[in-house]
Amino acid sequence: MAKQQSESYEAFIRGIWRDNPVFVQVLGMCPMLAVTNSAINALAMGTATFFVLVGSSFLVASFKQWIPKQVRISSFIIIIATFVTVADYSLLALVPKVHKELGAFIPLIVANCMILGRQEAFASRNTVRLAVMDAMGTAGGFMFALFSLGAIREILGEGALFGVNLFGASFEPWVIMILPPGGFLTLGLILLFFNWFTVKKNEFIDQVAAAERSGV
Amino acid sequence: MNQDHAPDTSAVKSSRLVATLAIAGLISGIAIIGIYEVTLPTITINKARELRAAVFKVIPGVTRMQKLVYRSGELVPSAETERDEQPVYAGYDDAGIFVGYAIPGEGPGFQDTIGILYGYRPEQQLVTGMEVLESRETPGLGDKIFKDAEFVGSFRELAIEPEIVAVKRGKKSGPNEIDTITGATISSKAVVRIINETHETWSARLPPPGSEPAMTEPEQER
Repeated sequence: MAKQQSESYEAFIRGIWRDNPVFVQVLGMCPMLAVTNSAINALAMGTATFFVLVGSSFLVASFKQWIPKQVRISSFIIIIATFVTVADYSLLALVPKVHKELGAFIPLIVANCMILGRQEAFASRNTVRLAVMDAMGTAGGFMFALFSLGAIREILGEGALFGVNLFGASFEPWVIMILPPGGFLTLGLILLFFNWFTVKKNEFIDQVAAAERSGV
Repeated sequence: MNQDHAPDTSAVKSSRLVATLAIAGLISGIAIIGIYEVTLPTITINKARELRAAVFKVIPGVTRMQKLVYRSGELVPSAETERDEQPVYAGYDDAGIFVGYAIPGEGPGFQDTIGILYGYRPEQQLVTGMEVLESRETPGLGDKIFKDAEFVGSFRELAIEPEIVAVKRGKKSGPNEIDTITGATISSKAVVRIINETHETWSARLPPPGSEPAMTEPEQER
C-alpha cells in the first residue's frame, strides 16, 4: 500500500515540477505562446487541457488491453478529440467571453503533443490509478506554466491581473508583452531561470555528497 | 524507446482493427451529439442576449426590437433568416414607436474580419452608436476600436451623409468626421469603411423615413 502511494505521488509530482511539460520538456508550445496574454485566458486554457488529459488518460488506461497496437494512435486521437469537443461546447455555453478570446486554440488542444505523448508513453502502459495521477501531474504542471506566463505578461503588458488594475493610471503598459514577441521573451527568460536553477541544484547536491564523503 | 510498439507481425485480423475504430468512432459520435444537444439551448440564449444588448446599446432609448429581412424589394419582419439574407434590427421605444435601425456589417480589419453593429436614425441620417461584435485585432493596439471609450463614443450622433471621414486625432471639424486612434489607424479606418460600405448597401433598401414596419408582436422576453 505504501509503495503504491509513493508511486502515484511520484507520478503526480514528476509532471508538476521535475518533468514539467513546458519548462523542462518544452512541449505544448502553441497554446503556451498564443493564449497566455492574460491570466484568465491562461487559466481557462489550462483547465480545458487538464480535463482533456485526465479524461483521455483514464479511458486509455482502462481500455488499453482492447486496443490493438496497430490502431492505438488513431484510437487515442479519437478519445482525445471527443474530450476536446466536449470542452469546446462546455466553454462556449458556460463562459462565452473566454471562449471568444481563446477562439481556435480550444479545438487545437487535439494537436497538443503533450497529451498524445502521455497516452503513448505512460497511460497505455500503466494502471488506471497511475495513469490518472500522471495525467493530473502533467496537466497541473502545464496549467502552472501557462498561469505563470499569463500572469507575468498581463502584469507587465496591461498593468493588471485578472483585469484588476494594479499600478494606477501612471503606469504605461508595456504593450509588447501581450503581443506574440512578449510571449517568446517571457518564456525564454523563464526557461533560462529553470535551467540555471537545475544546474545550481545539482551543484549543491554534488557539494553535499562530497562533504559527506570527506566527513565519513 | 520504440521497442514495445515495433510493428506487430503477429497477425491481427483487419476486421478487428476496423471494429475497434468503428466502435470508438460510434461512442465518440454519440458523446459529441450528447454534449451538443445539452449545450445548444444555453449557447443560443447567450448569443441572442448578446445581440439584444448590442442593439439596445447602439440605438439609445430603445426598449424593444424586432428582426427585419430584406425580401423581394421590401423590408419585412421575420423570425427566420434565409441563407444569404442579411438581417437588420429595428428598435422601438416603450410606446412601440420606431426609433432606429441596428445594422450589422463586416469587412477586413488589420488581422481578420471585423464584425460590427451600428445604430442608424434614418430621419436625421445619423449614426447613433457602434459596437464591435467580432474582432481579432492586435491586443493593446487594434483592440482599442472597442476598448477606447472615446473612439466608441464618437459614433454617437455622427452624420453619415455624404460619408464618414476618418481624420487624424484632434483634426475633427465636421459632423461627419471622426478621430482615428493613434496606434490603431488601420483598425479604426476599417471600422469607418465598414460602416460606409454597409450604409451604401442599405440606404437604398430602407423604406423612406416614417414608413418603417411597425412592431408586429409583443416580445415575450425582456
